[in-house]
This record gives sequence, C-alpha cells and structure tokens, in this order.
Amino acid sequence: MMPSSSSTSRSSLTGWLYVSPLVGVLVPFFLAPILVVLAASFFGSDGFGGLTPGFTLANYVEVLHSALTLKLYLATIKFTVLTWIFTLLIGFFVAYFLVFHVRNQLLAIGLFLLCTVPFWTSNIIRMISWIPLLGKEGLINAALISTGVIRQPLEVLLFSDLAVVIAYVHQLTIFMIVPIFNAMARIDKRLIEAAIDAGASRFDILRLIVVPMAKSGIALGSIFVVSIVMGDFFVVKVMSGGGSASVVSAFYEDVGVLQYPTAAASAVLLTLVLVAIVSLILRSVDIRREITR
Amino acid sequence: MSAVVVDNPEQGISARKAIAPSRGKRPWTFYVLASLFTAYVLALYGPMFCIYILSFQDIRGGLVFPMKGRSLHWFIDLFTQVRTGDVKGSFDRSIKLAVIVTIITVVISFLAGLGFRRRFKGDSIVFYMMIGSLVAPGLVLGLGTGLLFQALGLNPAWYSSALGAQLSWTLPFGVLVMFAVMSRFNNAWDEAARDLGASRWQAIRLVMIPVLAPGLVAVALFGFTLSYDEFARTLQTAGSLNTLPLEIWSMTLNVTSPSLYALGTVTTIVSFVVIGVSLGSIVLIQKKRGAQKIKG
Repeated sequence: MMPSSSSTSRSSLTGWLYVSPLVGVLVPFFLAPILVVLAASFFGSDGFGGLTPGFTLANYVEVLHSALTLKLYLATIKFTVLTWIFTLLIGFFVAYFLVFHVRNQLLAIGLFLLCTVPFWTSNIIRMISWIPLLGKEGLINAALISTGVIRQPLEVLLFSDLAVVIAYVHQLTIFMIVPIFNAMARIDKRLIEAAIDAGASRFDILRLIVVPMAKSGIALGSIFVVSIVMGDFFVVKVMSGGGSASVVSAFYEDVGVLQYPTAAASAVLLTLVLVAIVSLILRSVDIRREITR
Repeated sequence: MSAVVVDNPEQGISARKAIAPSRGKRPWTFYVLASLFTAYVLALYGPMFCIYILSFQDIRGGLVFPMKGRSLHWFIDLFTQVRTGDVKGSFDRSIKLAVIVTIITVVISFLAGLGFRRRFKGDSIVFYMMIGSLVAPGLVLGLGTGLLFQALGLNPAWYSSALGAQLSWTLPFGVLVMFAVMSRFNNAWDEAARDLGASRWQAIRLVMIPVLAPGLVAVALFGFTLSYDEFARTLQTAGSLNTLPLEIWSMTLNVTSPSLYALGTVTTIVSFVVIGVSLGSIVLIQKKRGAQKIKG
C-alpha cells in the first residue's frame, strides 16, 4: 500500500508530536549547552572568570601549542585503549559463557542480572571501594607479604595508572556484557549445530559465526566504554592520586580556576575527537536497526 | 530472547555435540569460562563488600583491614557531625530529585517510544541528538548548562538546571530501553483496540500500558538510579546546594575516616532497595500474567 503524501505528512506530524517532549528537553539541555561551549571557546577572557564576547582563535592556539595538550591526549588514549581491550575481552567471554555454556536459561538470566546490579549503584562508591584492597596496607599487599612473595608493600597498586585502569574496567565491563549478551542470544543455535555437523571446530565457530554475529553488540559496547573513559575525570583524579591527568580532568582544573575560554576550546577539541571515533564505529553498524530489531 | 530448544530425539547426536548441550559431558572451555565468570563476579562485588564491612568499625577504625571493633559509630558520625557536611540535606534532595527525574523520564520515554514506532521525516535527527546526549562528556555538558543559565540571568539550582542536566542523561537510556520493549510489542493489538472503537487514549491506557508495564518499570529503574548516582553533569549545575553524589565527591577529597564508607553503605542500601522493588514488581507482573493465562 502506497501512502499518499498527505497521510505521510500527517504521520510525520504525529511522530513529531510524540517525540516533542524529548526534543523539548534535549534542545535546552544538550544542544544549547554544546553551542554555548562552542561559542565560549571563541570568546576572550578578562582573567577573572568573566567572558568577553568576541571572536578569537587565541584559545585554540593556546591549547594546540601547549606541550601539555599532547601529553593529556596521549594519557587519555592510553587509558581508553587499555580499558577497551580489557572490558572487551572480559565482556565478550562472560557473555559467551552465559549464552553458550549455561544450560538452564533461567539461570543464565539470573547470572546476567547478577552482573548488572552494580551498574545501578553509585560509581564513586564502587571506585573508592578499591582503597581497602589496593592500598599500601590493603588486603592484596598484606596477602602478598604474608605469603612471602614480596617483602615491601607494592606502592604501584593504589594511586597509580594501574589503579585507574582497574577502576575503569570494574565500572565499565557491564557496558560490554549487556549489548554482546543481547547480540549473542539472538544467534540461532541451529546455525551452530549445523556448523558442528559440517565439521567446524569450536574455534572455527567462535571465529566464523559468533564474533561476526556479535559485532553489533561489540560496536555498541565500544561506543559506551570509549565515550565514558574519554569523558571521565573523577576516576583519573582520585585513583591516580593526582599523579596522572586526562583531557577532561585538566578541563576540570581549568574550570576550577575560571579559565573558561581555554577550557571550552579544549572541550570542543575533545568532542570533535569523540564524534570522529563514534561515527567511525557507527559506520560498521546500523545502531538504530540493531536496537529496534 | 530467542533460544531455540532442540528436543527432537533424532537430533540427539548433534545436540550432544552442540556448544551448549543439554546433557552429556561439558567441554573443557566450560570450566575455563566458568572460572573467568566467577573471578569477574568476585572482583565485581568483593571490593564493595569490603567497604560495607569496614563501615561497621568502632571509633578506632581506619580505611583498611583489619577490622577495629564493631559499632555503628561512623553511621551516627555521618548524620550528626558538621565536619562531614550536610549529608542529611543532600540525601533528601537527591531522593526528591530522583523521584522527579523518574516520573519525567518514564512519561517522556514512553511517548518517544510510541513516536519512534514508525519512521517519520526527521526522526534520525532526534535519534542522533539523543545518542549525542548520551556520549557527550558530562562535565562539558554541565559546564555549558551552567554558562547558559548564567547568560540568561537564571540561578542554577538542583530542581532546575540540575534536573535538566540529569534528564539529558536518563532520557537516552529510557528511550533505548523503550526501543527494546517496543520491539516486542505487536502493533496489531493496538490496531485491534482501535478497530473495536477505543479512542487513541483508551488504547494507550487499556492496552499498551498494561502490556508494556514491565518495560516501564525498567525505565523507571534506570531513571531513578541514574539520577540518584549522577555526578558529572550535576557538578556544575546544582547551584549552592549539593546532591548526595556531590557530597560523596567532596568527602573523597577531604574525609579520611570510615564515615565515607558508612555513606557508601547507606547509599548502596537505597540503591539495592530500589533495584529489589523494581525487579520484584517485574517478576510479580509476569507471574500474575502467567496465572491469568492458565485461568483463561
């Protein structure tokens, strides 16, 4: 049935009517703030936290010329890549275990929920909960000393880059598990049986069926993990003990000393990098079709 | 969930060899992955339980094991000492804000879910704006919202600017959950109701909402917990009065006593109660439905 042009425009109107409250929130609280930050990045500063309207590229020149910027981006990319690798590996195999190795489906859903519960609790609390374990007098050091593996407590466990990555992986693996689990659960088990009958090994099945069919889940999870790590500042600030910084934690310091224009310029650059990465991932998967399927 | 159960006896041989056989010897990968899963769950919950335990120390308590005594000292300390900040006030504000955010999130996500059922002109713009709101760095959005309020001559407050900033975070999640829920809703039910003379509103109230109830509870769970724990977007928009995560944040920088852990225990109990009530009511709704099906 071909819809006439008038019914198309009417159904468009109904659609817009339904999403208008959503748009009514996103325009003032997402679009406008982004545009404000974009505008502020071109403004001058009076040095006391005030913005002088105008158009200058001085903020960008300052950000791009600073040797610190490169260091911050390298640190951010290091944390992002490490977190991405660990969350992907753990998330993939946890989802794989739940979908293909747990025989009772109800048990699989129960174990899946067990993984998701911490997602609904406070991130900050989950982060600081590593202190009693990783600290200089923490459980891990105590255990290592009492078993005689080390004599002096390891200092690198807490307030280090290692602690930052541990906290990220702890918080974000769930963002990999959920979409990958959903993608894997949709794989028709008969397909795998057919592959076994045709003589495929377990590894072949993983490589040729499961990974390609879970790709959309991997892409979705990667978007979450990458955007959260790149936009984070409090894990870096607390878990590195001030020893490391990322782009956004430097942004936070800038805002703290009211350096709005340079902070805004750095935020715009970060957003551009993020948009580039996310759209690169989105090119490999039609996210909307995947979600609504 | 689309698990295909193979219970045809002729396929028994292949089923036994299948990757998740319903009987027979488990492959070695099962034991490897089961250990990985156990380690993951232990690492997920272990640290959290450490701080719950440590929050019950007495006055000599420190930030690490061993446990020094047992008491509720740090919980009392938390709510009575000025040193630890206005925990009670921020707790109240966070709960109120989370309730408001939950109600708005459920209503708007539900409507958006109805809207996105059919493609319409320009729907991709709305969709990608939502994805943008989801992935944008929270601190940057918060700063933009704060500057916007400043430029408009408005005072940022937890019930205005912070409310909006939190909605920009909870709504994308709410709508994404609605997408998943809606994909299992058969539009024929809605159409049948309309054919039988129901008005648009009656079809929504009497057919869609009851059918989608478990999904709406899930949206509410996301709305409440994401708002209750939201930090980055609220930091620059809450104005002069703190919400609970902001209070926890300032405590992580200043307080080095187990009262920080006590606050962690209290706030996690609230989260667990909310999660329990939500999941419980979803199960209850499903059970009631199952019972009706048998009766009918």
